[in-house]
Amino acid sequence: MNKILSLLFGRLPIGWLQLSHSKGRLIAAVSGVAFANLLVFMQLGILGALNSSTVAPYSLLGADIILSSQAGNTLTDSDNVAQVWMFQALSVPGVAAASPIFIGNLPITLVDGTSATLLTFGVDATKLGFVSPSIAKSLGQLTIENTALIDKGTRGVPADVIAGIEAGNPFSFEANGRTLSAIATMNVSGGFLADGMMVTSDQSFFRLFGARTSAAPNHILLQVDEGVSHDAVATRLRAALPAQSVKIQTLQEAAGADLAFMSTQRPTGIIFGFGVFMGILVGLVIVYQVLSTDVADHLREYATFKAMGYGNTFFLGIVFEEAIVLAIFGFIPGLIVSMGLYAGLVSVTGLPVEMDIGRAVLVFLGTLTACTISGAIATRRLARADPADLF
Amino acid sequence: MANLDPIHVQGLDHFFGAGDARKQAIFDINLTIKRGSLTILMGPSGSGKTTLLTLIGALRDVQTGHIRVLDRELNGADETALVQLRRRLGFIFQAHNLHESLTATQNVLMGLQVHGAGDAAKQRIAAHHMLDLLGLPDRRDYLPGSLSGGQKQRVAVARALVSNPEIILADEPTAALDKASGQTVVELLKALGQQRGATTIMVTHDPRILELADRIITLEDGRIVSDKTND
Repeated sequence: MNKILSLLFGRLPIGWLQLSHSKGRLIAAVSGVAFANLLVFMQLGILGALNSSTVAPYSLLGADIILSSQAGNTLTDSDNVAQVWMFQALSVPGVAAASPIFIGNLPITLVDGTSATLLTFGVDATKLGFVSPSIAKSLGQLTIENTALIDKGTRGVPADVIAGIEAGNPFSFEANGRTLSAIATMNVSGGFLADGMMVTSDQSFFRLFGARTSAAPNHILLQVDEGVSHDAVATRLRAALPAQSVKIQTLQEAAGADLAFMSTQRPTGIIFGFGVFMGILVGLVIVYQVLSTDVADHLREYATFKAMGYGNTFFLGIVFEEAIVLAIFGFIPGLIVSMGLYAGLVSVTGLPVEMDIGRAVLVFLGTLTACTISGAIATRRLARADPADLF
Repeated sequence: MANLDPIHVQGLDHFFGAGDARKQAIFDINLTIKRGSLTILMGPSGSGKTTLLTLIGALRDVQTGHIRVLDRELNGADETALVQLRRRLGFIFQAHNLHESLTATQNVLMGLQVHGAGDAAKQRIAAHHMLDLLGLPDRRDYLPGSLSGGQKQRVAVARALVSNPEIILADEPTAALDKASGQTVVELLKALGQQRGATTIMVTHDPRILELADRIITLEDGRIVSDKTND
């Protein structure tokens, strides 16, 4: 280690030698940084799961443009939009086809008596183009009354039941006084929105949600003509439909808007964002405390080096060297423990909490930055190292 | 034209504190130190000898008067110039001030690396040679915590001398050493003066050293009261 660092810095790795000389302090400092990393990773993991959950339902859809009520917030937290706008949209040049979609939260009772809530999508089972290809292959079966596709990750539904459905053994459960039959599965993982998701035909949907009518869907999905720009058609639609009632977005725009809403307007997004901030703050404080104590403990040695002719750059180098060592040594255990906790969270909650390289790199760079900032603040103490005091 | 005498002090006053608490520690010191000489500063505690040493060593700002060290005026010199100058000096402190995390060799290497990374292998050889000269060949890889007081002081001396400084400023360098080790250190300083022209100013109360000095200056209350040259 000493040789590598000596080659890297072109001098004795004093920062590393200082840190490794006080083993107890090094362990405490690395643990502190690892803990801060863990906090940030957990918050980012849950925030990531929230974001994934928010946009996961879009993976069910096969559309270019979505019409929604201005009163709605997200795809699943939406108001009704009048079906009349669908017919008007169809008259706009470039719009090839349209289909309504109905969404509701359905409490269900499982065989063992436990209850769960399924986010239920009612779609026109004859229009295969308005759902994703993975669902389209099973969509025809939904024309049979009270049948549904169920999410594999639905909480409360055991893995062997899911396997049974996939093997051709439908799974029956109770909802709103009706017996529903899950005849196929889909893979959505919308953990935060409900216990699971379900797709039915619009006709089954109306039977399950007695108050809902075909005149008031949650959204209207549009497909544009082959080769026509989605943005151009959206612009035409905005000109044709009343802006105060109808929100017109491409599917990508809608997903982006949902993410922004959940991150900045909903308490969950804000709480987890704040958690990330707190994790960074904890890391900053820990590293600052370690480095500033270290500087204070070595003031006489630093004063000696000053007397010998070492300049400020050298001392800054030592403190930043320590900051980098702490960042790297703290990040590695933080990452490993976080991955373990992610796996635990997934198995317990079914939330889509995943470690990806982008997040790991982001947290590492953040750790380096936070440690460097702490180091920069700690270097203020170096000014107290006065070589004249040595005599 | 460069001045051959490495240290010139002229009309030097120095004060500590401010306002009513302002106290004068050095009064009108005028001094020239010859190249290669071993000069001893003596005097009671508070006489100003350490203050004078730190002023010559560019560790304090010159307030009034002039100090020229190695042909560089210290009064008004900027920090960069002072740092550059200090690299040409060797400091030996009464307390060894070794870095506790560095081995004896690494502490000595710090005296070389201040001049740049250089050839690591050559620097290590030089550090080992200096430790050997001071009787520490078997303590090269020891941390200061495992060395005796005298051994630590000898490592500190090695650190100060390893880069062949042009001026050596020492504050009681033999206080922690036994007679033989103290003699070794002073003879080494003397030899550096004779062979390489290194100039040494040493604050000491050690009577064993007086006979080896070229010049003995005594200060009292911030003034030079005696200045003797040994023939």
